[in-house]
Amino acid sequence: MDLSLLAELNAIRAARRAAIVVTDLSTGAGRLVREEAAAADPLAEELLARFRSGKSGLAESAAQVFLTVHVPPPRLVVVGAVHISQALAPMARIAGFDVAIIDPRTAFATPERFPDIPLFAEWPQDVLARMPLDPFTALAAVTHDPKIDDHPIAAALSAGAFYVGALGSRKTHAKRLERLAAMGVPAEALGRIRAPIGLPIAAQSPAEIAVAVLAEVIEALRKRGAVAREKAA
Amino acid sequence: MSDATTAVIDHDVLATAEGWARAGRGVALATVVETWGSAPRPVGSHLVIDGEGNFEGSVSGGCVEGAVVGEAIEVIGEGRPRMLEFGVADETAWRVGLSCGGRIRVYVEKVA
Repeated sequence: MDLSLLAELNAIRAARRAAIVVTDLSTGAGRLVREEAAAADPLAEELLARFRSGKSGLAESAAQVFLTVHVPPPRLVVVGAVHISQALAPMARIAGFDVAIIDPRTAFATPERFPDIPLFAEWPQDVLARMPLDPFTALAAVTHDPKIDDHPIAAALSAGAFYVGALGSRKTHAKRLERLAAMGVPAEALGRIRAPIGLPIAAQSPAEIAVAVLAEVIEALRKRGAVAREKAA
Repeated sequence: MSDATTAVIDHDVLATAEGWARAGRGVALATVVETWGSAPRPVGSHLVIDGEGNFEGSVSGGCVEGAVVGEAIEVIGEGRPRMLEFGVADETAWRVGLSCGGRIRVYVEKVA
């Protein structure tokens, strides 16, 4: 592997972006394909599938070619240190997500309620200025409070977060869409918000709602980009 | 969980490989490219080796690292990549719970 290729790969990984190293095992020649460039690559179909699965392996469509897949560890940012979050945070961590919780209400955001989970008792806009959202981050906004939820929802849509979910009834969500549109969020982006939040499994308790949300986040991660491409095809 | 852990560990390995190469050390990168059976480390796992046999990372959880390091030192000297294949036929080892009951193919290339 060329040192320059390795350096470029490390820079991509440090920026939490995805890339695949394509190595010809018969010659030793390697090249780097960024996710943004995969659709135009001769191996496009397989590369895109592997960006979604995150799994490295021998190419099925080309002999003697190995694909080393580098995708950043997925993150889940939960806005709202509420009862649902107390179940969602540990479950998401078990499923392999880096989890962070943001809630400016110091009565909610206490280490006693969230042992061992990175917790920010600050306004979301302040935290996200230091820790920007990205395409490998999911955002779940669960406070019910527009003052807390609206900004991070808009920020997640703008950053291309792979999942943006918001708690609230259809009526609540309709009002939210009006507010976000007034903030200048484009209609296409508004359509990406998952609301009511969570897969429809008739969840009742906070823990059950957390399961529905986590399942929806995982589905969005593993189908990342696939839906948009189907629509475009 | 294990996949996420793997990813984090491998991130460090590639940064180490770059750091060693920039420091002027001879460096080889070993990558698990195929596994059969109960291989302990997934495809894509990396081991980085320098010309003096220092290494970081893992391709088998400790079962074949020694052999990979020896081959890697030769790859660093020659510059040509190699494909290595390992299988553990020892039924006893498998029965006592060692996960090294599988077979793996490991690609070793020089970083330069």
